[in-house]
Amino acid sequence: MYVAVKGGERAIDAAHAWLAEERRGDPAVPELSVAQIREQMTLAVNRVMAEGSLYDPDLAALAIKQARGDLIEAVFLIRAWRTTLPRFGASEPVDTGAMAVDRRISATFKDLPGGQVLGPTFDYTHRLLDFALAAEGEAPPAPTADVRDEPVPHVATLLNRDGLIEDEAPDDTPPPDLTRQPLELPASRALRLQALARGDEGFLLSLAYSTQRGYGRTHAFVGELRIGRVAVKVELPELGFAVEIGEVELTECESVNQFRGSKTEPPQFTRGYGLVMGQSERMALSMSLVDRALRWQELGEDFTGAPAQDEEFVISHCDNIQATGFLEHIKLPHYVDFQAELELVRRLRREALLAANPGAEEAAE
Amino acid sequence: MTGPSMPLAAVDPVAQGDHRLKEPPGPPPQQKGHRTQHDEADGGEDQKAGEGVGGRGHSVTRVMSDYNFAYLDEQTKRMIRRALLKALAVPGYQVPFASREMPMPYGWGTGGVQVTAACLVPEDRLKVIDQGADDTTNAVSIRRFFERTAGVATTGHTEAATLIQTRHRIPETPLTEGQILVYQVPIPEPLRFLEPRETETRKMHELEEYGLMYVKLYEDIARHGEIATAYAYPVKVAGRYVMDPSPIPKFDNPKLGGCAAIQLFGAGREARIYALPPWTEVVSLDFEDHPFVASKADHSCALCGAGNSYLDEVITDDRGSRMFVCSDTDFCAGRQAAGKAGSEGPKEGA
Repeated sequence: MYVAVKGGERAIDAAHAWLAEERRGDPAVPELSVAQIREQMTLAVNRVMAEGSLYDPDLAALAIKQARGDLIEAVFLIRAWRTTLPRFGASEPVDTGAMAVDRRISATFKDLPGGQVLGPTFDYTHRLLDFALAAEGEAPPAPTADVRDEPVPHVATLLNRDGLIEDEAPDDTPPPDLTRQPLELPASRALRLQALARGDEGFLLSLAYSTQRGYGRTHAFVGELRIGRVAVKVELPELGFAVEIGEVELTECESVNQFRGSKTEPPQFTRGYGLVMGQSERMALSMSLVDRALRWQELGEDFTGAPAQDEEFVISHCDNIQATGFLEHIKLPHYVDFQAELELVRRLRREALLAANPGAEEAAE
Repeated sequence: MTGPSMPLAAVDPVAQGDHRLKEPPGPPPQQKGHRTQHDEADGGEDQKAGEGVGGRGHSVTRVMSDYNFAYLDEQTKRMIRRALLKALAVPGYQVPFASREMPMPYGWGTGGVQVTAACLVPEDRLKVIDQGADDTTNAVSIRRFFERTAGVATTGHTEAATLIQTRHRIPETPLTEGQILVYQVPIPEPLRFLEPRETETRKMHELEEYGLMYVKLYEDIARHGEIATAYAYPVKVAGRYVMDPSPIPKFDNPKLGGCAAIQLFGAGREARIYALPPWTEVVSLDFEDHPFVASKADHSCALCGAGNSYLDEVITDDRGSRMFVCSDTDFCAGRQAAGKAGSEGPKEGA
C-alpha cells in the first residue's frame, strides 16, 4: 500500500545538523575566528557590508563564517538582520572631500593637489601564486612616510572651476529609502544610486563592461578614485549641532565622461558617480559607469536599447538577494503546477495524434 | 465549524495594543522564551503556545522573544495593513507596498509571510500548505517560523484554521466566513509575460487595456485548439481588473469567486499586495465558443476514492506504474478517517 510521504520536519532538522557539521569542516583543523575573517578576509567582509547595506565588519565576518564563505548567503543574513533594526535617525551627508585617504588616484591628471596615492592595491602585483603564504610567514612591516598635510580636493571640483564639467548644485531633498518605500518607476537619480550601491558587484561589473564594449557607450575616464575614512556626524536635537559618532571606510569613484552637448547644454564633461561601503574598488567603478549610462534621458542622449541604459531593467535585476531567492525557489516543489502541465501536454498530444497529421510531433510539444 | 473569527476590524493596529509585545506569563527568569510543543504535520491535536510546556513529542519549538509578535515591527504591520485595506477596497488591483527583507529567501513566500504576519492575532489558529499538503518542506518551514515568532496555535484542519497560508492550491473543503486565505505570489502581474515592463503594464491596467491578453488566448486556440494555460490562469475580478490567481492549477479557479473567506495575495519580491473580498465575482478569461474548463487528472484518488479533488501523480516504480492521490492531504485524510477508501487505501474499518 502506498503511504503519502511524511517527515518533512525531521528531514529539515537533519539537514540543518549536517550543514552545521559541514560548516566546521575537519575538526582536526583549527576553527576560524570571526576576528580572523574580519582582519584577513577584509575584502569579502567589505563586499558583504556593501551589498548587505549595513556597516558592521564584525557581523559581516560572522555572516561569512555562518554562510561557509558563500558571500551572497552572507549578504542575505546581513539584510535579514538589518531589516529588523530600529531607525534612530539619519546622519549628516558625509564629506568625502575631507576623507582621510588611504588611496587616491586620478587617471585624468598626472599630478594634482593632494597627490596620487597608490595605497594597498593589487593593481601592479604580478599574479603569481605566493607559496610563501602557504608556509604561514609573517609579512614584513610596510615602509611608512610622513602624512602629506594638505587638502585632497575632488578632481571634479578642479575641472568645474573652468566650467568644463557639468555643475551639480547641492540638493537638500531627503533621499527616498528603497528599503522603506515601494519602488516606483521612473526613479530619481538618488534612488537609482541607492539601488546600485547595494546591487550585486558581478552584475554591475558586467553592465559597466558592456558600456565599454559599445552597449550604451559613455567614454568614461576615472576622474578620481578614493578610499579612506570619513567622519559620521549626527545632529542631536538636544544639542542643536552635529556630533561626530564614528567613522566609516568608503570607496568613492567619479568618472568623467565625454559629452558633445545637446540643445540646451554646451559641450562639456559629465559625471558618473559611485560610492560604496568599505574598500570595494571594482564595485565603485562599475557603479559610476552604470550611473552615467542611466542618465541618458536627463542629458538628452539617445536611448540605444542598451541594457545599461534601461533603468527598469537595471534596478529590477541588480539585487542579488532578490535574484538568488527567485532563481533558487524553483527547487521548491512544483508538482501541482507540473501536474496541470502534464495533463495539458497529454491532452494536446492525444488530440494531435488523433488528427494524425504530419505536424503531429510539433503540435505535441 | 470555524475557530475564533477574524473580522477585518481585528486588524486595527490600535486594537492590538502592545500586549503582544510582552512575553506570555510563566517562563523561568533565566530562560528566553518558553517551550511549546507544536502540531504534528498531519493535523493532529491543535496546540496552543504555552501549553504542553516541556513537550511530550520529539519536536519542540522555542518561541522567540527577541522579536515582535509575528516577527515584523508594528509600524511595518501597519503599513502592510493599509495596503491590505486598499487592496480589499479595489479588488484585483495590485497595491505597491514597502516589502521588507524577510529571513527566508525571496520567492519562498516572503509576500505571503508578510501578509500573514500583518493579519495574525494571538487567538488565531494557523494552517500552512504548499502544493496542498501541510508537510511539504517549505510549509513546515513557514509554520515553524510563526510558531517561533508568534506562538500561535497551528492546525492541519482546513475547517479549524482561522488563517491559511497557501502556495499553489486552494483547499478542497469550502472556506467559511471569518477565515482568511493568504496566497504566496511569485509574479503578481498577469500581463508580465506579454509585456515585461512594469511601467507599461500598470498603464494597461489603468486603461483596462486587456486586448493583448485576449490575443494571446486566441493564439493558443488557433495553435492548440484550446487555451494552453494549465496553472496561474488569468481571471477578471468584479468586471474590472485582470488578475493573476498565483500559480494554482486552473482546477482551483472556480473556487476563487463567490468565496466566503477573505483572500489576500502577497508578492514580496515584486512588492505587491492584492485581494479578493468575500463573495467577489471572479471570472476565468475565456471565449463564448471556447468556455473555460477546470481540468484535473481523469482518475479518482487511490487513497480516499474522491473523484472531485485535484490529484497528484505519483510514480511508484521504474516501469511506468503510477497512482493518483489527493493533493490536499487534509481533505484526503479526513475522507479516509470517515471510512472512504480508494483502490490503494486501507480497507473498510481499518
